[in-house]
Amino acid sequence: MGTLLRSEEMTLCQLFLQSEGAYTCVSELGELGLVQFRDLNPDVNAFQRKFVNEVRRCDEMERKLRFLEKEIKKDGIPMLDTGDNPDAPAPREMIDLEATFEKLENEMKEVNANSEALKRNFLELTELKHILRKTQTFFDEAELHTQAIHDPSMAEDTMGLLGGEGGASGTSSQIGLSSCFHNRFVAGVILRERIPAFERMLWRVCRGNVFLRQAEIETPLEDPVTGDQVHKSVFIIFFQGEQLKSRVKKICEGFRATLYPCPETPTERREMAIGVMTRIEDLNTVLGQTQDHRHRVLVAAAKNIKVWFIKVRKIKAIYHTLNMFNLDVTQKCLIAECWCPVTDLDRIQQALRRGTEHSGSSVPSILNRMSTKQEPPTYNRNNKFTLAFQEIVDAYGVACYREVNPAPFTIISFPFLFAIMFGDLGHGMIMFLYGLFMVLREKQLTAKKIDNEIWNIFFNGRYVILLMGTFSMYTGLLYNDIYSRSINLFGSSWGSNYDFKALSENSKLQMNPNNSFIGPYPFGIDPIWAMSENKIAVTNSFKMKVSIVFGITQMYFGIVLSLVNNRYFDRRLKIFCEFIPQMIFLTCMFGYLIVLVFYKWTHFTSEMSQEAPNTCCEAMFYAGQKGFQIFLVMVAALCVPWMLLVKPLLERHWYRSGQVRQQQNMSDQLHNNFQHQQLSVQSGDLINQEVYHHGDGGMPPVSGQGPEKEFDFAEEMIHQCIHTIEFCLNCVSHTASYLRLWALSLAHTQLSEVLWGMVLSVALSLNGYLGCVVMLAIFPFWAGCTVIILVLMEGLSAFLHALRLHWVEFQSKFYQGTGYKFQPFSFENLLDYSVEEAK
Amino acid sequence: MERRSLPVVIMTCFWGFVGIVMPVILHFSMRNSQNKGVIQLMLMMTAACCYLFWLCAFLFQLNPLIGPQLKTDLIRVLQADWQ
Repeated sequence: MGTLLRSEEMTLCQLFLQSEGAYTCVSELGELGLVQFRDLNPDVNAFQRKFVNEVRRCDEMERKLRFLEKEIKKDGIPMLDTGDNPDAPAPREMIDLEATFEKLENEMKEVNANSEALKRNFLELTELKHILRKTQTFFDEAELHTQAIHDPSMAEDTMGLLGGEGGASGTSSQIGLSSCFHNRFVAGVILRERIPAFERMLWRVCRGNVFLRQAEIETPLEDPVTGDQVHKSVFIIFFQGEQLKSRVKKICEGFRATLYPCPETPTERREMAIGVMTRIEDLNTVLGQTQDHRHRVLVAAAKNIKVWFIKVRKIKAIYHTLNMFNLDVTQKCLIAECWCPVTDLDRIQQALRRGTEHSGSSVPSILNRMSTKQEPPTYNRNNKFTLAFQEIVDAYGVACYREVNPAPFTIISFPFLFAIMFGDLGHGMIMFLYGLFMVLREKQLTAKKIDNEIWNIFFNGRYVILLMGTFSMYTGLLYNDIYSRSINLFGSSWGSNYDFKALSENSKLQMNPNNSFIGPYPFGIDPIWAMSENKIAVTNSFKMKVSIVFGITQMYFGIVLSLVNNRYFDRRLKIFCEFIPQMIFLTCMFGYLIVLVFYKWTHFTSEMSQEAPNTCCEAMFYAGQKGFQIFLVMVAALCVPWMLLVKPLLERHWYRSGQVRQQQNMSDQLHNNFQHQQLSVQSGDLINQEVYHHGDGGMPPVSGQGPEKEFDFAEEMIHQCIHTIEFCLNCVSHTASYLRLWALSLAHTQLSEVLWGMVLSVALSLNGYLGCVVMLAIFPFWAGCTVIILVLMEGLSAFLHALRLHWVEFQSKFYQGTGYKFQPFSFENLLDYSVEEAK
Repeated sequence: MERRSLPVVIMTCFWGFVGIVMPVILHFSMRNSQNKGVIQLMLMMTAACCYLFWLCAFLFQLNPLIGPQLKTDLIRVLQADWQ
C-alpha cells in the first residue's frame, strides 16, 4: 500500500571525504537534504572542534548582516526577496564576503556616528531656539511686575500670580523677587513628564525662595540616541545668591535638564536667536546630505541582503556539519557517518560525485553501507496532503522504525469520527467552504507568508478541515440536520389517516408503526422525527448504537493492524499469544453485541414487541440464546489466562533450552562481532558495545539480532500481566469511551436547535414590516453565533475528541510510537527555520 | 417492498463502486504513481465508513418499534400537506 504504510528503509553509511572535497560534497548533500549526519565527536567541546574558527567567522558575518538588516528596517527600505536559492559559495569566497560586510558595517557605523553627532547638535540648537523664544515672554512678564510694584493699582493681579510662590510673605518679599529678575536666573529644557517632580524638589530644597516658570514646546523633538519623539518643556528659574544657584544647578543635573546660556538683555537675545537660526539651517543641509548617503548605502545593501543571508547560513551549516566528522589518522580525509534512505543511495552517490567534481579533487568520495544494531530514524515521505495527518499522529509519538504508520488510515477515519460528532449539513458546509477556499488559494496564501499563529494552524490543517467539512455534510444529511432543521427529500415514511373525531379529542397522538408506516426512509433519518415530541428518544437510540458500531469497528481495525505489525517483524509468539486471544475476547464481548444490534434491527418488529411488551429489554431473539451467551463469556474468560501465561512460560522454556546451544555458538558469534567492529569508527555508542563484549565475554549474544539481555521471568510476567489487564479493561472502557460520539453529536444538535428556537424563530414568527426589521437585526446575531459557537467552538471540541479517540482508543491497540524522527541535513529546513527564528 | 429494497441496491452499488471498483481501476490507471496506495486506501475507507453509517440509519428505521408523537394540529397540517 504504497510508501506511507511504513517508514522508509534506512541504512547507516560511512562516508570518506577528501579534505579538499569535503566542503563541496557536504554542500551538495545539503541541497539534496536526504542524509542525517551523526555527531562522531560527542565528547569534544564545541570550542575544540576543527572548524570552530570558520563557524565563528560565519557568526560574525551573520551579526553584521543582522545589523544591516536592522538599519534597513529602520529606514523602511523594502528588502528584495527574489526567492532564488544561491549555492553555498566556495570557501575562498568567504573572504570576499567578509570584506564586503566589514566595509558596509564600518561605513554604516561611521554614518550613524556622524548623523548622531549632527542630530545632537541640531537638538541643542532647536532647544536653544525655543528657550530664546519662550523666555522672551517671561522677561516681558517680569517687566510687567516691576511696573506693577510701582503702580499700586496693579498690585492685586500680582498677588494672584505669585500667590503660590510668595503670597504669604507679603509685598516686601515681592519687591525682593522682582528685583531678583535682574539678578540671577538659569534657563533650560526638561522632559515634560519630569516637571511636577522637578518643581516639587525645587520648592522643598530652596524653601520656596526660587521662582520657576515653564512653557511647553509644542512640537515633539527627536532623541538622537534612540530616535524616539519626546515632548519637552522650557523652564526658567529665578533665584538670589550663589548658594541657591549651586543648589538649583545640582537639581537640574539630577533631573537631566539641559541648561543653556541665556543673555540678559533683549538685544543680545535677539542677536543670539538670529545666530542660532542660521546655524540650524546650515546643519539641516548637512544632515540631509548625511541621510542621503546612508539611504544610498542601505538601498544598495537591501538588494542583496537576502541572498547574503542565505549564503552565510549555508556556509555556517556546512562547517557545523564538518565539525561532526572524524579526522582520519593520516589527516587526508574526513570520515562521516550518516543515516540515509536505502532507495536514495544512488542520488546520494551522484551528489557526492558532483561535489568531488566541483572541488576539482581527483580522489572520489566513498560511501560505505554499515551494519548496525542501533534503531534507525523514522522517515515518512509525506506530501502536502498527508503531512497534516502525519503531524496528528506524530504529536502523540513518532512511530518506531518500520512500524505500521497510522497516518494513512487517519486520513479518512479522523474526519469521519469528527463528522459523526459534528454532523450538520449547514455547519459542515461552512467548514467545507472555508477549507476549499484555503486549498484553492493555496499558492497565493503561501506566498503571502502571513505571520499569524492561529491562521497558520488553520492553514496547515486545510486538508483536514476540507475533509472534516465534507464528511460533516454527509453525516448531516443522514442525521437530516441543516442548522437544526430537516428536509423532506424522499417523502416521509409515516402517513396517518386520523379522522376528524380523533384529532379533535386529543391534543397529541402517537402514530402506530403497524398501520401508519410504509417502509424505511431511504436516506437518513425520517424528517417527521424533527417535529415529533419523542425525537430525542429516537435519535439517542440511533446515535448510541452508531457510536458503538463505529467504535468497535475501529478497535477491530486496530487489532488487525497489530497483526500486520507482528507479521512484519516476525513475532509469531505475539500473534498466537496476543492477537488471537484478543480477537476472540473482543468478539465474544462486543462483536456479539454488534451482531445482536443488527439482528434486532432487521428481525425484531413492532408486532413482536407488542406480543410481549414487558420483556422488551430482556427479549430473547432465538432459542438457546442464554446458553450461547454463557458460553461466550466463558470463552472470553478463558482468553485471559491464555494472554497472561502462555507467552512468558514459553519464553522461559525456550530460554532454558537455548542456553545449552549458546555455548556452542559462542566462538562464532565473537568472531562476527569483531568483524563488525573493524568497520565502524570509534563513535560513542559503538565503543560502548565494544566494552560490553570485552567485559561480559561469558554472556555472548544469542542471535544475530544483537546482544540480548538476560531473560528475567518475573519481569516478563509482570509486564504480561499489566498488558493483559490493560487490554481487558480497555475493551470495556474504550467501548464506553466511544459513546462520546453520541454525547457530542447530541450536544451539537441540541445547541443548534436552541439557537434556532431562541433567536431566529423569534424573528420568523413576526409578520409584516416589523418582521423584516427584526429579521435584519437578528439574522447577523444568529449567523455570528452559528459560526463562533457552533462551527468554531463545537468544531474544536469535536476535533479534540476525535484526536483522543485516535490517540488512545485506536492507536493503543497496535502503535508503539517510541521512534525518533529523521532530521536530514537540508538547506531548505535550515532556511525555513532561520526565517522563523527571525520572527 | 420497493421502498425496502431499492435504497439498499442503489447505495450498495454506489459505495461498492467507490470502494471496490474505483480502487481497481486506479490500480491500472495510476500504475506508476507514488500516491496510488494512499488514494486507494482513502476511497476504500470512505466507502466503508459512509456505507456503514447509511446502513445503520436505514436498518434502524427498518422495523420501528415506536411511532412519532405529534401534536394534533401538526398532524392536520401534515395530512393536508404531505399526502
